[in-house]
Amino acid sequence: MTTGETQKIREDRPRERRTTERTRLAVAGARAAGQGLYTPRSAKHRVTNTLFSAVLFLGLGTALVALTAIIGWALVEGWPRLDANLFLAGPSTINPEEAGFRTAIIGTVYVIGGVIALIVPLGVGAAIYLEEFADRERWYNRFIELNIQNLAGVPSIVFGILGLAFIVRGLGNFGFVAAAGSMTLALLVLPTVILASREAIRAVPSSVRNGSLALGATLWQTVWRNVLPAAAPGILTGVILGVARAIGEAAPLLLVGAVTFVVYDPSFFEGGYSVLPVQIYNYAKRPQEEFHVMAIAGVLVMLVVLMLINSFAIWLRNRYEKKW
Amino acid sequence: MRNWRAKTAAIAAVSALALVTACGSDDNGSDNAADTGNETEAGNETEGGGDLSGSIRIDGSSTVGPLAEVAAEMFMTENPGVMVDVAISGTSGGFEKFCQGENDMNNASRAIKDSEIELCEGNGIAYDNIQVSNDALSIVVNPESPVECLTVDQANQIWDEGSSVSTWGDVDGLDLPDDLASEEIVLYGPGSDSGTFDFFTEAINGEEGRVRTDYTDIGEDDNAAIRGVEGDFAAMAYIPYSYVQEAGDAVKPLQIDGGEGCVDATLENVQDGSYAPLGRPLFTYASDKALESEATVAFMEFWLENSAEIAETAGFVPMTQEQIDEGNAKVESLTS
Repeated sequence: MTTGETQKIREDRPRERRTTERTRLAVAGARAAGQGLYTPRSAKHRVTNTLFSAVLFLGLGTALVALTAIIGWALVEGWPRLDANLFLAGPSTINPEEAGFRTAIIGTVYVIGGVIALIVPLGVGAAIYLEEFADRERWYNRFIELNIQNLAGVPSIVFGILGLAFIVRGLGNFGFVAAAGSMTLALLVLPTVILASREAIRAVPSSVRNGSLALGATLWQTVWRNVLPAAAPGILTGVILGVARAIGEAAPLLLVGAVTFVVYDPSFFEGGYSVLPVQIYNYAKRPQEEFHVMAIAGVLVMLVVLMLINSFAIWLRNRYEKKW
Repeated sequence: MRNWRAKTAAIAAVSALALVTACGSDDNGSDNAADTGNETEAGNETEGGGDLSGSIRIDGSSTVGPLAEVAAEMFMTENPGVMVDVAISGTSGGFEKFCQGENDMNNASRAIKDSEIELCEGNGIAYDNIQVSNDALSIVVNPESPVECLTVDQANQIWDEGSSVSTWGDVDGLDLPDDLASEEIVLYGPGSDSGTFDFFTEAINGEEGRVRTDYTDIGEDDNAAIRGVEGDFAAMAYIPYSYVQEAGDAVKPLQIDGGEGCVDATLENVQDGSYAPLGRPLFTYASDKALESEATVAFMEFWLENSAEIAETAGFVPMTQEQIDEGNAKVESLTS
């Protein structure tokens, strides 16, 4: 076989395969170099190495043990109530043994759906403005940045009072409806989403932007076609974190009118609504044992709902991570 | 390749938007469905008899809340066209909303206060109230505690503002063995939004809100007081009667001496008023605007008519026939 033939075969190969091969070679090389550099060469190094990994595993272990303990405890204590009724039946004070979280689940889905609908455009929009368009020399841009960082640390109950004053009453005047709950929670988690989105946008290499601009794309085209798809996984992580926080909030929703007893399916702009954390909080306070079991089973219901809501975002994130 | 990537982004954005709009239109969809459903139901029922429809929003006392839920649940079984929701913001928190016209009814574990009357008047909200049940507060101690009976004066010594009582031995007129007398007294009480707090401080300390400040504030969570007292030989708390019933042997309710000897916290003593001053009536208030709706009036009538069953189901002290008659007379005068 001549050199020319080999060359020809190489060229026939699909481009991806060649890229993969190159990547594999590069990784192997880097690993070999790294091993040479980082393999402990003395007893002292070995001890510190072991100690450090022990600390890391301790950290991981603590988080995992706490999580499994909570889920395990909820499973054991809530076991008598883990049935279809728990998801399908409405609340009942007369028959707590057969009651369920149906209306609270629907209420939670509405409220969180509203939160997502609000935080994605608002959060990503604010992040794009601050990262790509804002002139950092201007005092108002620095002022906005400072405020967003401060807002991330404000206790949730303060947002509840804000929601009661300006969304339920006052300017918005929506009344005690699920939409008001959505807006209040959206305000609460918006700083988290903006901060995470900004980090994600900042992490997109500037070569991507420069390349796009050099080819004649406008700033807006560059952001929309290149920066945003690249930053999508980080942005989605921010949304997931925000939703996870919003779904567990009871205090601000109590203020903006989440009620504890609704037997009919709620709607978004009208009528009373309940959400899971408020329902759980309320059941845990009751004197009767049956309600305590309900509250514990409710914790599991809330986890399931959270996983279902977040799984779409997680799926989307993983998709984008592979593509870039 | 870039084009392809851009397309994926566009598709993702559109699908996210579609999801959101789907959620939105879903709301409207189910909304309409629910509405039409109710209408047809109501329509069908016109022939059957129960043609009531509408919605009633109830808020207020955490003590009365579970009772209202039972009443609402039974009522809705008979009148599926009426939607009743019950929220629990505490008596004071509930009145704050009620007097702004944001709720139809407010459950109260005490009578409305002057400041709340002013707020209601300022907003043009007129109202009326009926008694829906009796309640009693119990002062509870650990089951191992040798204490059996407390006079109102002794309770006042312990709980009054600036109280100097720090150990059980500091309480005048209690005959106690040394092991308890030397123990520091551990106190649990509900938060100031609670009607239970208002009622206890007024009955024992003579003025609403007047209380010592160095006790454990359990907020609206009366079970926390039970757990605290159950686990501590020297602890004391005051909690609603229904919680004592459910707690069983975990805590011991004390007899109360209001001046005429020690009286047990029993159903009869609460109903006939001899368990004074810690027995109390429970009310629900309805705004005049809400009472224009047939559904609200029907709900109040229903609650009175079935008050014994409702109270028993929810673990409350039922009303005497006299009290029920009084309530019925009131509702009648409202509707005529």
